[in-house]
Amino acid sequence: MAKYLLSVYQPEGTPPAPAELERIMADVAVFEDDAKAAGVWVFSGGLQGQETATVVRAEGDEVLVTDGPFAEAKEYLGGLTIIDCADLDEALHWGRRATRATTLPIEVRPFHWA
Amino acid sequence: MTTEVERVFREEYGRAVSVLVRLLGDIDLAEEMVAEAFAEAVRRWPPVPPSPAGWIITTARNKAIDRHRRESTRGARHAQAALLADEAPVEEVGPVQDDRLRLIFTCCHPALNRAAQVALTLRLLGGLTTPEIAAAFLVPEKTMAQRIVRAKSKIRGARIPYRVPRDADLPERLRSVLAVLYLIANQGRADLAAEAIRLGRRLMELMPDEPEVRGLLALMLLVESRRGARRDGGALVTLDRQDRSRWDHTMITEGHELVRQCLRRGAPGPYQLQAAIQAVHTDGETDWAQVLALYDQLYALTPTPVVALNRAVAVAEVRGPEAGLAAVAGIELDYAPLHAVRADLLRRLGREAEAAREYTRAAELSADPAERTYLRTRLTSGERGFRSRGL
Repeated sequence: MAKYLLSVYQPEGTPPAPAELERIMADVAVFEDDAKAAGVWVFSGGLQGQETATVVRAEGDEVLVTDGPFAEAKEYLGGLTIIDCADLDEALHWGRRATRATTLPIEVRPFHWA
Repeated sequence: MTTEVERVFREEYGRAVSVLVRLLGDIDLAEEMVAEAFAEAVRRWPPVPPSPAGWIITTARNKAIDRHRRESTRGARHAQAALLADEAPVEEVGPVQDDRLRLIFTCCHPALNRAAQVALTLRLLGGLTTPEIAAAFLVPEKTMAQRIVRAKSKIRGARIPYRVPRDADLPERLRSVLAVLYLIANQGRADLAAEAIRLGRRLMELMPDEPEVRGLLALMLLVESRRGARRDGGALVTLDRQDRSRWDHTMITEGHELVRQCLRRGAPGPYQLQAAIQAVHTDGETDWAQVLALYDQLYALTPTPVVALNRAVAVAEVRGPEAGLAAVAGIELDYAPLHAVRADLLRRLGREAEAAREYTRAAELSADPAERTYLRTRLTSGERGFRSRGL
């Protein structure tokens, strides 16, 4: 088994209308329940917007703290799910489910170690 | 290499690598062991053993066992145990066939980009070297080497499985395999076309019930059958002017038979329809009404601008240049063949100035020197007779 990160890529700008968002959240909950039932689910969560991010960086003896995301981008990490799968085909199956549920593109990437 | 070893290499390399990938679980090691086995064959043959492929596979497996014995790490001992457990004689059917299918589907996995799929397929199933693949695709050797290394490391790192896809995934996965073979066939080189046809035959043996596999093989054969007639010196010769005695009639006969088998199956797909069109073109005088009917079907399945353009040529043949021009009108594409078709139709209608502009644009856009020469000749010859631009 190997762990895969499913990253949700969210575009900058106005979020979906409340009714739309409610439907998406319901679909995401079904996705999560199914992944749990299949025994592949490890963790999932949605992140606050990139304006809430803070970067800390070690420089010499100091640690610099800066306001804002590491890199400003038009599309940023909006949420993530970690799954434990036999191979990429299984991970892509859950990736397909995730993009349908969130209506957003999903990056599927294996962990090097975990 | 001696000719016998060379022949076996060409025919059986992919099979040997596919079995070794399963046994070793590592593509690089599998390639290395198979290469060593062929080096051994060069030293030891003749006589060629009764089952050359079995000999190569067994030799490669033994070399892998030797290699593991020399390395005494715990992981290597596990791998050795797995190899020894599989020391039964190599079977000619069953699991070996499955191995080749697995390898094709791994090489053409949609998580790899198309260029990587093509390179891996030629290398692992066709036995082409990296410099050969680089030369065929006009890419620097270093770039091609990096492409292959990257693809292999993705297979390993992301755990792209070595498995024939489940039925639910098969249509999508098979589309990718067929696209790779068609791309190899269309690269414009006789050696690559021969390789694509060889792989197409293998795929049809392995998946006899997939009509699109059969259709693709028929299409590749029928297109390839005209290679010898397509050029006269450096100049391009269109289908209607080709010397039919220079066509490969063995390929045509086989292609026609495959198309008939597809028709009996009654499950048309894009490759089968394109093959059927090629079959009409290679069966006496072209029956354009039939070609148009087939393009109508093809356009319903794959409504691309290129299909629309080819359909327009058939429209012009059946209903005249005016209708053809109307059919071309809606196609939004700045593409050499589109301008060439429009030029021919305008000339048939006596609209010379517009035709000249279209020929010039077509020649500007064409990447093929022979095609450019052909178009410039058309521009200056003032020739009226328009026939299909089919090649």
